[in-house]
Amino acid sequence: MTVQTGIQPISAGRRVKDRAVQVLVYLAFAVAVIPLLSVLWLVVKNGLKRFDVEFLTHSMRNIGARDAGGGAYHAIVGTLEQVLLASLIAVPLGLLTAIYLVEYGNGGRLSRIISFFVDVMTGVPSVVSGLFVLAFWVLVLGMSFSGFAGALALSILMMPVVVRSAEEMLRLVPNELREASYALGVPKWRTIVKVVLPTAFTGIVTGVMLAVARVAGETAPLLLTVFITDSINTDPFHGPQMGLPLYVFDQAGRPTDTAIDRAWAGALTLILIVMLLNLVARLISWWRSPAKRGS
Amino acid sequence: MAKQIEVSDLDAYYGSHKAIAGVTMTIEPRAVTAFIGPSGCGKSTFLRTLNRMHEVIPGARVEGKVRLEDEDLYGPNVDPVSVRRTIGMVFQRPNPFPTMSIFDNVAAGLRLNGRFSRSELNGIVEESLKGANLWNEVKDRLGKPGAGLSGGQQQRLCIARAIAVRPQVLLMDEPCSALDPISTLAIEDLISRLKLDYTIVIVTHNMQQAARVSDKTAFFNLAAQGQPGMLVEMDETSKIFTNPAKKATEDYITGRFG
Ligand SMILES: Nc1ncnc2c1ncn2[C@@H]1O[C@H](COP(=O)(O)OP(=O)(O)OP(=O)(O)O)[C@@H](O)[C@H]1O
Ligand SMILES: [Mg+2]
Repeated sequence: MTVQTGIQPISAGRRVKDRAVQVLVYLAFAVAVIPLLSVLWLVVKNGLKRFDVEFLTHSMRNIGARDAGGGAYHAIVGTLEQVLLASLIAVPLGLLTAIYLVEYGNGGRLSRIISFFVDVMTGVPSVVSGLFVLAFWVLVLGMSFSGFAGALALSILMMPVVVRSAEEMLRLVPNELREASYALGVPKWRTIVKVVLPTAFTGIVTGVMLAVARVAGETAPLLLTVFITDSINTDPFHGPQMGLPLYVFDQAGRPTDTAIDRAWAGALTLILIVMLLNLVARLISWWRSPAKRGS
Repeated sequence: MAKQIEVSDLDAYYGSHKAIAGVTMTIEPRAVTAFIGPSGCGKSTFLRTLNRMHEVIPGARVEGKVRLEDEDLYGPNVDPVSVRRTIGMVFQRPNPFPTMSIFDNVAAGLRLNGRFSRSELNGIVEESLKGANLWNEVKDRLGKPGAGLSGGQQQRLCIARAIAVRPQVLLMDEPCSALDPISTLAIEDLISRLKLDYTIVIVTHNMQQAARVSDKTAFFNLAAQGQPGMLVEMDETSKIFTNPAKKATEDYITGRFG
């Protein structure tokens, strides 16, 4: 075997390997994207049939089993309220947990225990969180089915996602910034509020949006906690509500074509809502980022 | 404004690892004191014990006394936050707050600590930026991000930020090590001007710099590999560089080791 020296052209073997790996990477990408795009295309194609003003502004009240018409207004209202309430519970709790883990825990015993349980919570199947709320909130405490009960179940699912993503973002904030702040005589809590959180803001918002997107489509926990209704109920604290995933589930189970069309339109609405929320989050991050002010 | 620091028999630990042992020294007010010594001998560690930044690191602790005039900085009722407000610090790597504009960076220490009117802030920010020799370069773009400046400008921004809170002592840990000769010169000029008002301590690996800017020089060294760092000697800079008392000091500054 001789050792080659000097500058040489790329060998044929490496060229072939380069090509082969390139092809593999593109193939893997296509395999991953095809199902995604086809789902999206199917939902748009089938959903557009009933995606109209009536659909967005009417409930299913007094719509008979075989009737056309009707809409998902009650479900849209329900989903927005449930997701908002779930976020109001999960985001502060999750954020504070992440702040504890990163800024105060120092890898001590308590923070390791918390970390472990957050991992466990990440793996909890969504039905289980619904069952838990059903057992605890509805059966033991005797509360009624309500949007709020659903929000509780959703917040259980949201929290670990918020904790993990916020934790990662906070850890990315360089220690030098904290030290710079301490060296100015700024107390630790103010440093966290005024320096660490703003620096990690964009990433935290993205993480929260991922968590929102994850729970917005959950069906099982809602089925056990929110129940199902055909009427508009804007009060999330009393009585059964609807949610878009429930609506899709309910309509898709009905035997008529008009119901199936409504289910598709419901799915389309859900995707649009999540996309819209994402857009809003991006706008917020953009508006807060220093790059906007130009350099 | 400037105050004297007296350190007696100070040890600093990282967990169970003792990084420096038995340092005793007096740091004069309105003068520049330079710390020199080989890498890893504990200069940064010692500097950070002077404004209680050392204990920010998990597991780090300090034994011994540090007095600022007649206050014991490690006394039982002393708030470390107020110590850091009195004794400012500039770090080796420029670290402006990335989410803040140039103006906000300089005003950060004031804003985060209390209420100031806009006109008060304007005055202090301008004065601090002038003090840090940066005003002319940035006066037209105070609203732009601080991270958009060059490295040397960022370091001067950090100095402006540190002096904006009007500390009595300014600690600088290798403030010029990431800078070009011209920015270095600008900062050395600045140090010579600042010493009229502040007590200044500077860590440097640059012997010429220590000789140029400092009045007193302290030489730190490791007794042996794995041993804690210690103060070998401290004296007038001219004496340390021409006629040091210890052999190790002479070897170090003439480049025979380290
Ligand atoms: N965060 C830390 N955790 C544990 N040990 C540390 C830490 N920082 C420094 N040390 C240790 O303390 C000793 C002194 O380090 P220090 O940074 O004070 O040296 P230095 O004199 O400033 O060196 P340099 O000139 O390279 O900056 C070294 O042995 C180092 O390994
Ligand atoms: Mg150092």
